[in-house]
Amino acid sequence: MSTMKWMRDPTAETESVMRARRAPPKSLEGLTVGLFDIGKTRSDEFLNRIEQRMGELGINTKRFGKPTNAKVASKEIVDKVVREADVVLIGLSD
Amino acid sequence: MSDPLIRDGLVVFAKRACETCLLVENEMRRVSRELPGFRIISQDDPQFPSDVADVVDDRSLDLSWLHRIEIMPTLIRFKAGEEVERVEGWDRAGWQRMTGITDIGGGLPPQRPGCGSMSTQPGIYEKLEARHSGKTWLAARKVEFGEHTDPVEVCYERGWTDGLPVTPPTDERIIAMLKGTMRKPDDIVGRMPPNLADCTVEKVAINAVMAGCKPEYMPVLLAAIEAALEPVFTLHGVLATTYFSAPIIIVNGPIVKLIGMNSGINALGQGNRANATIGRALNLIVRNVGGGRPGEVDRSTLGAPSKFTLCFAEDESDPAWQPLAQARGIAPGKSAVTLFQGHGPEAFVDQKSRTPEALTKSFAMSLVKIGHPKLVQSARAVLVLSPEHYGIYREAGWDRVRIERALYEETIRPGAELVAGADGVGEGIPASRAGEQVPKFHEDALMVVRAGGAAGLFSAILPGWLAGRSRTELQPVTKEINE
Repeated sequence: MSTMKWMRDPTAETESVMRARRAPPKSLEGLTVGLFDIGKTRSDEFLNRIEQRMGELGINTKRFGKPTNAKVASKEIVDKVVREADVVLIGLSD
Repeated sequence: MSDPLIRDGLVVFAKRACETCLLVENEMRRVSRELPGFRIISQDDPQFPSDVADVVDDRSLDLSWLHRIEIMPTLIRFKAGEEVERVEGWDRAGWQRMTGITDIGGGLPPQRPGCGSMSTQPGIYEKLEARHSGKTWLAARKVEFGEHTDPVEVCYERGWTDGLPVTPPTDERIIAMLKGTMRKPDDIVGRMPPNLADCTVEKVAINAVMAGCKPEYMPVLLAAIEAALEPVFTLHGVLATTYFSAPIIIVNGPIVKLIGMNSGINALGQGNRANATIGRALNLIVRNVGGGRPGEVDRSTLGAPSKFTLCFAEDESDPAWQPLAQARGIAPGKSAVTLFQGHGPEAFVDQKSRTPEALTKSFAMSLVKIGHPKLVQSARAVLVLSPEHYGIYREAGWDRVRIERALYEETIRPGAELVAGADGVGEGIPASRAGEQVPKFHEDALMVVRAGGAAGLFSAILPGWLAGRSRTELQPVTKEINE
């Protein structure tokens, strides 16, 4: 059973304790949207539909995935997504 | 007292690893036999005393901490959950009175001092305090991470380090650090640039933990922060400048020996914990509390290793020498920090001058090069005078005032040599000053500090920030350390 540990914040606490997310792009024009299949049942159905709809809108897409939802993505897979996509949409299925 | 174990009656706290407890082991057994409800609470071994049933196991030391036990053994009487009487160590009359057994300890000496309670040992006490109360009174927010995550890496990921690993600021370590000062954790030391964030004593302690400080360094660090926050120190500018400068800390007084600072061999270098971590803590506080990070408000073109830390003590071993702090108004016998905006060190070598006059001229040749040989009246400088070079002045009877004055005079040069374009070099002072005799420094801009190992006709120059367009615009700051 995993438990959380903690340290105390040495900063002036002017920023969120969570790391800031990157701002979403204003437009998808010219960007490649990664469609990431985590390997769970029927997530492909959802991503197929998204891929089709984005294609109709002229948005570039690229499919990525990992073999099983039971394991985290390997560094190689994450690096590949970072190299080849600008934004990522993850299909969680169910 | 909320523990139902000991609401009423007598209890004794003891441990096997205590000579006095071993001495009274038979007496504890006897009380246990004759007084129903008597409880023995053992800190280190629930089988001690042997042959006693139901010894309370306090190897966690929680009960000892809750009852503020300091001495082994401690006999306490409770009534309705409240403590009404306590005897520490072995005191025959006290034990006879409290137990009502009039002949107990008859064969023992009347008194015997006890041993220390394990709950008060350094390191253990802080853990207990963190477990029982620190979690509620520390104000800094918690940053959680998974059990299997390396906390040092968490500090890196969050941008809390200067590039070197930091000690993770856990509650136990922060509470131990706060023991190093009488100041309250929520006292505000000042507003830390560049973001002008309130810097509490607790935030100082957290960053001191990360830097690797010991609790006894806290008074020095707090004084250094107060000095850095004096407006004439211009800490925001020191951080933001494209130049090389950072706060340099020079420590004087009795605290130097107390915390083991180095003023001798390698005083400006690595290897001494206090020297290394006090300076580092100040810079971490600017980074973490103030938000001053390289590439953001810190715009230094090249930076300098001294931006990690440059903190050292002055050698006060020669009673003929007036220490820097006294020269700057601190009473003898008091400790102080002096903060200087600078970097370094730059090497100075002279193995042949044997008179104070020759050595002063020699120093002047190096001092005029600070920043650029043709730039004048902007930077201050610290001259770190080694024992061998100092010996030449001492033999001739020169004191601090005379050395500093002579260095000022020897660094005055003809303006014609310094004007822009002279010697084919673009840098320089305006042509209008060609006819003047131009000093390199303002009159109060040189500080001599004694430090270094006994061998070596080497000294060091710590060049100051080239921003002092007037002599009052930025100044070093000296603050007494409140121990």
